[in-house]
Amino acid sequence: MSIVVGEDTKLVVSGLTGREGSFHGLRNRDYGTDLVAGVTPGKGGQGVDGVPVFDSIRESVDERGANTSMIFVPARFAAAAIEEAIDAGVETVIAITEGIPVLDMMRVYWKAREQGVRLIGPNCPGVLSPGKANVGIIPAQFFDKGSIGVVSKSGTLTYQIGNELKQAGLGNSSIVGIGGDPIVGSDFIDVLKLFEADDETELIVMVGEIGGDAEERAAEFIAESVSKPVVAYIAGFTAPPGKQMGHAGAIISGSSGTAQAKKDALEAKDVRVGTSPTETAQLAVETLGAKA
Amino acid sequence: MDLLEYQGKQLFAKHGVSVPDGRHAATVDDAVKAADEIGYPCVVKAQVAIGKRGKAGGIKIAKNADEARAHSEAILGMDIRGFTVHDLWIEGASEIDAEFYASIILDRGEKKLLAMLSRMGGMDVEEMAERDPEALVKQHIEPGDDLDPEAAREIAREAQIDDDVVDGVAEMLVKLAEVSATEDATLIEINPLIVTSDREVIALDAKVTIDGNSLFRHEDLAEIRDRSAEDPQERMAKEKGLTYVKLDGNIGILANGAGLCMSTLDVVAQAGGDPANFLDAGGGSKAEAIVNALEVITSDEKVTAILFNIFGGITRCDEIANGIVEASDQIDIGVPLVVRLDGTNSEEGLEILAGADLDNLHQEKTMLGSAEKVVELA
Repeated sequence: MSIVVGEDTKLVVSGLTGREGSFHGLRNRDYGTDLVAGVTPGKGGQGVDGVPVFDSIRESVDERGANTSMIFVPARFAAAAIEEAIDAGVETVIAITEGIPVLDMMRVYWKAREQGVRLIGPNCPGVLSPGKANVGIIPAQFFDKGSIGVVSKSGTLTYQIGNELKQAGLGNSSIVGIGGDPIVGSDFIDVLKLFEADDETELIVMVGEIGGDAEERAAEFIAESVSKPVVAYIAGFTAPPGKQMGHAGAIISGSSGTAQAKKDALEAKDVRVGTSPTETAQLAVETLGAKA
Repeated sequence: MDLLEYQGKQLFAKHGVSVPDGRHAATVDDAVKAADEIGYPCVVKAQVAIGKRGKAGGIKIAKNADEARAHSEAILGMDIRGFTVHDLWIEGASEIDAEFYASIILDRGEKKLLAMLSRMGGMDVEEMAERDPEALVKQHIEPGDDLDPEAAREIAREAQIDDDVVDGVAEMLVKLAEVSATEDATLIEINPLIVTSDREVIALDAKVTIDGNSLFRHEDLAEIRDRSAEDPQERMAKEKGLTYVKLDGNIGILANGAGLCMSTLDVVAQAGGDPANFLDAGGGSKAEAIVNALEVITSDEKVTAILFNIFGGITRCDEIANGIVEASDQIDIGVPLVVRLDGTNSEEGLEILAGADLDNLHQEKTMLGSAEKVVELA
């Protein structure tokens, strides 16, 4: 098994006719993902490198059996595209787009919950299940197949850790980029639940950063409901309060959302927290070794 | 994007939230003219994006034109904890009967807007929470719904607001929730919210944060955005479309991706260094972006060494290397540059750098090694 995307994934890409959408969509197909359709309103009937393009996501579901939608449309249209995907009856929506207004995401978040659709992102690199499927922009060459699940707010930081795991001879069940926005469709807890239930995953690496309290909430959840070992990393110890550090959600508000508070909350629940990406990968290697 | 007090109050006024009569002024003469129009006594308030202005001498009452002139001269140009005062807000003095606290914030954890109200105003929320946690009444607003007037009255009653102003305070809460929803405000805080001696409910302060991602649908707010960057490097970076945050140290940092960049700052600090900035070159950075980034970093005179930490995913290391070579042709970097290139096309990138034979360029293989090296050279 793997989580969120896998051999059963039938992918439709909203924005497949755009530059980024076609580049990454076709890259995902080359990796082995079953790319069944693209969607661009007004361009139905066209094709992108042999992939049929439809006017609506609904048509791609009806005619091509799409069950997973990737959103690659510009920020101002992205919330509507996610809503369209939710209404079209796909199981999973993965939103890569950066810069969606947060109050739009608040509305979309609740819509996805109510209709039982799994939403990943926005402002995320997507999901990779090595050897099975890649949906998004994660460079698959840095990850091998294996038993470590990774859930992360950051793209490049994940590649860094994945590459260090690979060099240590370890691989991943799935890598899930949840995104760095203040409101994301799936939080650490949602993904931890999936990894806990996944046979292939033996250990979970959780990569967080300053802002919000998702890491603190995850710490509580891990203590109560996760039996598998979890190793964590938190970025942003040197970030000053009140400054947005790149990601819309990476901001310390007053005294809340600091890296230290997150580290303390995780360590209080016996989750080991690495001081650098390198040390985090080493902790994962050590923990798996000790378990074996 | 944080609004200044007067920008927040102008936004409030647009939505029918009561604020004192006020005028903006950027010169002493305009300030005195504004004070004359409003009448005396009036208040001269420094407009800077930082709290506790009163304690710093940035808020003064003027009883006549001479005092308005003297206060304006003193406050304009004043430095309040690193922020220079360029703008004044002149407003009518209010006779205060009671001070409350009201806010609407985006509760990220619950994914809902949260209304808060307390009868203890004029102090900061954390102090309030410490002194009397029960005095702060909190109520979530269901997404997509307005704040119901009856629910707002219930909040006011629960916060033990005086009976005669429950309706006024509740009406203000309803309007603030409307401001939040229609203007994409992720934080609205009024502290203090006052009751005047005439028992009028007025927003005496305004702290408003607008979601930067929403500016495409708020043209009026997008216009004030450019003036918010006080720091010369931050302003320069903004013009060049770079994600940059100025810090206090002397080691210039560039990484690709926000998470990796934050992590790089941490690792440099752990190695005993002091980062000068956060700069995320972004995904798929091209040579031009690297030239721009180096221009911004080197314009900070405090910088004595620079670290490039790149893990190429979509970003190609050969593009980064070309950017570094191009930049060293165009500008005098003048300080040691430590470069770590890993990931996509890293070998090509390393070859380009080796072939260019640049002075003062040091290559490192690992993130930790590069952090130690840059600290040593700084």
